[in-house]
Amino acid sequence: MRSPRSQPRLADRVLVAVALVLAVFGIFMIYSAGAVELPSQATGAWRRQALWLALSLIAFAIAVRVPLRWLEWAAPALYGGSLLLLVAVLVVGSGVGGRSWIRLGSMSIQPAEFAKLGTVLMLARLGAGRRPPPEHLWDLWPYAAAVLVPTLLVMAQPDLGTATIFAVIFLAAAFWSGLPIHRVVLVVSPLVSLALAFSTPLWAVFFVFVVAFVIGARPLLSEAVLTLAANVTMGVVMLPLWHSLAPYQQARILAFLQPEVDPQGAGWHLIQSRVAIGSGGWFGKGFGEGTQKRLAFIPEQHTDFIFSVVGEELGFLGAALVLSAFAILLWRVLRQAERADDRFASVLAFGIFAMWFAHVAQNVGMTVGLTPITGIPLPFLSYGGSFLIVSFLAIAILERIALEERSGA
Amino acid sequence: MVEFTNALRETRRQRARAMKALVAGLLLLLLTTLFRMQVLKHSSYALQSDENRLRAVPIPAPRGAIYDRAGRVVAENIPGYSVSILPASLDSLRAALRALAPTLGLTESGMQSVIEKYRHYPGRPVTVEGDASFAEVSAIEERRADLPGGIIVEATPKRRYPAGPDAAHVLGYVGEITEQELARSEFAGYEPGQLIGKMGLERQYERWLAGRPGVRYVEVNAVGRIVGEFRGRRMRPPIPGRDLHLNLDLELQRYVASVFPDTARGAVVVLVPSTGEVLALYSAPSFDPNAFVGGIDPALWRSLNTDPARSLFNRAIAGVYAPGSMFKLALAAIALAEGDATPETRMPIPCRGALLYYGRVFRCWRPEGHGVLGLLDAIKHSCDIYFYQLGLRLGLDRLVRGAREMGFTEATGIDLPFEASGTFPLGREWYDRRYGPRGWTNSVVLNLAIGQGENAQTPIKLAQFFSGIATDGSLPRPRLARSLPAEWDRDRIPGGSEGRSSLREAMVRVVNDPGGTARGSKLQGWVMAGKTGTSQNPHGDDHALFVGFAPAENPEVLAVAIIEFGQSGSRTAAPIVARILQRYLDGQHPDARPPAAPATRVAAGENL
Repeated sequence: MRSPRSQPRLADRVLVAVALVLAVFGIFMIYSAGAVELPSQATGAWRRQALWLALSLIAFAIAVRVPLRWLEWAAPALYGGSLLLLVAVLVVGSGVGGRSWIRLGSMSIQPAEFAKLGTVLMLARLGAGRRPPPEHLWDLWPYAAAVLVPTLLVMAQPDLGTATIFAVIFLAAAFWSGLPIHRVVLVVSPLVSLALAFSTPLWAVFFVFVVAFVIGARPLLSEAVLTLAANVTMGVVMLPLWHSLAPYQQARILAFLQPEVDPQGAGWHLIQSRVAIGSGGWFGKGFGEGTQKRLAFIPEQHTDFIFSVVGEELGFLGAALVLSAFAILLWRVLRQAERADDRFASVLAFGIFAMWFAHVAQNVGMTVGLTPITGIPLPFLSYGGSFLIVSFLAIAILERIALEERSGA
Repeated sequence: MVEFTNALRETRRQRARAMKALVAGLLLLLLTTLFRMQVLKHSSYALQSDENRLRAVPIPAPRGAIYDRAGRVVAENIPGYSVSILPASLDSLRAALRALAPTLGLTESGMQSVIEKYRHYPGRPVTVEGDASFAEVSAIEERRADLPGGIIVEATPKRRYPAGPDAAHVLGYVGEITEQELARSEFAGYEPGQLIGKMGLERQYERWLAGRPGVRYVEVNAVGRIVGEFRGRRMRPPIPGRDLHLNLDLELQRYVASVFPDTARGAVVVLVPSTGEVLALYSAPSFDPNAFVGGIDPALWRSLNTDPARSLFNRAIAGVYAPGSMFKLALAAIALAEGDATPETRMPIPCRGALLYYGRVFRCWRPEGHGVLGLLDAIKHSCDIYFYQLGLRLGLDRLVRGAREMGFTEATGIDLPFEASGTFPLGREWYDRRYGPRGWTNSVVLNLAIGQGENAQTPIKLAQFFSGIATDGSLPRPRLARSLPAEWDRDRIPGGSEGRSSLREAMVRVVNDPGGTARGSKLQGWVMAGKTGTSQNPHGDDHALFVGFAPAENPEVLAVAIIEFGQSGSRTAAPIVARILQRYLDGQHPDARPPAAPATRVAAGENL
């Protein structure tokens, strides 16, 4: 194997180009989001984001030089380090409605974002090695354990949205590691039960289907018992769990279910976001001209709701271009996961794919009212240093995978 | 490096394909959702976005001016300022009110009422001070940077009534529309905060005078703070109200106010008997309608409302009084018309000062009695004994029918709001209902015959009735607005022109004969016909009434004056009417006035 360090040329130019274009475009949108009549945190945020982008590129330049084998070797340490940060944030963290940030001088980082990548690395390492692919649900226990720890730590902040991302990463690893497809269905079923727990009749219907599927799929008896128990627990335990949620979390979920019930309260964000996007029309109100944005009707418009600003100012065309860019990005990552000969690299790429996919689907979905409102940023566009750095580290890893595949081929 | 088995490689290929489908599916789902919102439902969202950020601020329309018959201004607009608040929230409204309180001198209760208004109509500007002084406005503008947002200072046309209290009841006043008024169909299309006529002509001709307020838009941010004027949408300019021209003679109106006794309560109506044009209409005590401009001081409002003299009450059209002896003309008209009496007919019992009827004594106002009198002299002396007998001769049924024919149960239809109708018994059933079938006797006729009892008329009604006697028997509709066409209720006074001329002759004797009850109130150079009246009332001294018109043979002007607790029509009411008619006729005929005849003022010692 030749040293990749002597080959500074990019192996996947499309991937890096799309990421860079999105990040620079993001700085422009953050600038626009800060041009408001009501001074807020968004004012001047674009400068800080530009600084974060510079840091991200430095991180990229360093990380792209790290061989995959080193990464595989260091994965448990990186994972453990990110868990330590998650514990630290519970002790010294700050934030609104919870502890999610660690202040470092004038900047602050969000350990949960780093933990996402750390967990993906850990799962990739578990999926590598010489073990055969998991065949039974019980073979997934190392994956489950590796995901459960950061999930519980994140829920303690509390940050429900990020916890769901960890769940997605777990499912992705199980799916990509080669678990038989009917068992993937068994793994997914408790999550569907969780979603349907709000309506007992709906859940009951679903449960009948699960029972039928379990009988048809003929898993081990213990797997069948585990699956049904998990479904019952999710379906029944949901209501007490609901009452244990913080009021703002309850409000957000309720607002998602029925935004018009309380237009001044929890539904406000969603309605204003929809009005912003809908009023954009074909071509938008023009860069910097969004009235919903300028008059601060859009909530969190430089972070979670940056896509609403895109929709309002650049219209359907602008929004479609951004979504297309994400589609290209996800396509390229998926392609690498599929083509990688190395199992560690493949699971790693697929984990990154799943993370970004979940972020884009959830974030854009919430701005138009398809998904509940959570604090999940839009990759590369939303203001926020931690996830930008994490994303560029991910790009660096993917670039490294492409590089090693090419040189190894 | 750990490589894949072929089976695993195949699994991954399949699953990657599924994931690509998932990515495509997500892209498609999001694009269709965006297309539906941004393209298909764009106009609805664009409207919501505008509604979010634009707030309508009404631009008041200048009310039409009001002019008297000579073109003199009786109500006009002068430049003024108003201060209102378009608050983001209740808290910001409170903050703005606290900040403005020292400058505008707001009281706690005043601030509370502004907050109430905001609660009822959030999202609209609320008026804090409708009549701010230039000094107050400058103080606000100087401190603008330190004040909370949402304070709107505007140049607003301000109502002014140059005649002040002299014409208050007839003009009325304007004030902010109330919630109850907004709910009425009469004010359909009106908006909260708008000024409307509350009384008098301002109310009667509200739609004519008001015009239509315009609207402009301000842009507000998410917390409701005004960010700036919005120029994108065309503002709607206000449409000014139309001017109103009156039959009222402002100079005469002021004269009436000046001759009315200062502390007395009562009313004066002056009109042209042949046309119903109202020349003056005065009610005492009066108030200053200018005090209502920009919102009346609550303390003043309370005192006006609890005032025992009820100065807001327009006695000229809504005060009801027993017409007293003035009603004897109505009785005489019926008798003449029905042939029960001629001008010279005498009654069987001469006046000895009292009459015994079924064991009850009915007295004449003059204890010494009047002796034997014909009808016209009975009017001149206002002899009660004569009219008791005339009333009995006509009987209750004919008396009631005649009074109804002459309109004593109707309102005149003057173009002013809140006119009261006259009250008059409607017949035997009416008494039965009121007092029970055996609760009354025929002696009610005696009371009715001299204008007492269950008979209550407004000054404007009496003026209309005597206009019929003074002219051709038609009742003219009293009219304040010049544009209102003349209208008559034809032939309501029975007895024909001969009968009416006899009645006029009797009324001339009342003023001009040595024995007449109003002989002290002759005009100089003109012959006035008149009739005194005394209205008994349970609250104190009798009310004094007088009606007069002149010149007697071809009346140009007629006036009714009522002075509450004035005791004697001849002593207190008649001289006022005489001065008013004298003034009006002299003004109308500056050259025609004949040389003054030596005034023979006889001390008016008689009642009635």
